[in-house]
Amino acid sequence: MQSIPMEHGLILAGILFSLGLVGVLTRRNIVFVLMSLEIMLNASGLAFIVAASRWGHAEGQIMFLMILTLAAAEVAVGLGLIIQMYRRFHTVDINVLSQMKG
Amino acid sequence: MILLFYIAAAVAIISTVSVVLQSNIVHALIYLILSLLSVAVVFYVLGATFAAVLEAIIYAGAIMVLFLFVIMMLNMGQHSRDQERSWLSVKGWIGPFILAGVLLAQLLNVIVEFDYQIVPSEVGVLEVSALLFGPYVLAVELASILLLAGLVTAYHLAKK
Repeated sequence: MQSIPMEHGLILAGILFSLGLVGVLTRRNIVFVLMSLEIMLNASGLAFIVAASRWGHAEGQIMFLMILTLAAAEVAVGLGLIIQMYRRFHTVDINVLSQMKG
Repeated sequence: MILLFYIAAAVAIISTVSVVLQSNIVHALIYLILSLLSVAVVFYVLGATFAAVLEAIIYAGAIMVLFLFVIMMLNMGQHSRDQERSWLSVKGWIGPFILAGVLLAQLLNVIVEFDYQIVPSEVGVLEVSALLFGPYVLAVELASILLLAGLVTAYHLAKK
């Protein structure tokens, strides 16, 4: 059976995580920010799976399941917030939210 | 099998770069689905078949459909594409790129010191579910409560 170096899997997870971080830091559209957060969560799940498959354990998949649940809940709440923001300000620009009234 | 891993990894990285650089939001979403599916292939190659199936069904299926519905509701047409293009300035990219590059360099510096080989062996649904409903049953219950809280919050927030 051929083998894959574990560091290659972890490097893939690191690259995906950094790309997600770039997206979160640079984007001004809040939908893109939420999508980049999804990329980062997915990359951390990938790191869990890679590490667990090195030892042949099932715990990595359980941790991935928890991350999946977290991502689903986060997306539901985040998209609800985006809809509410669009109703009030008629924009998806996150800079608008930095101007407070009061 | 090992070649499949590297092809899927390359597709994942390229499509994720396209997500970050894309100005059309629907195209970005499709690229994100491609990225998630190629990560599912990586899971499959590593032997995590259950996680691969969940990634395809829940991540690329359910969560991305949620995104699509919201994009349809927000009605982002040509003007949002032009606006998006005007927001993507080179000046705003330099700082985040340097920061993320430094972070990635540190991560790689730690990771390359590992010298482990993965010999993929299938860890199927049986092992995962035996653990899920054995020692980790409390975590499953807490996850269901988290989902319920997310459902109630999303309903309350999106209400008129």
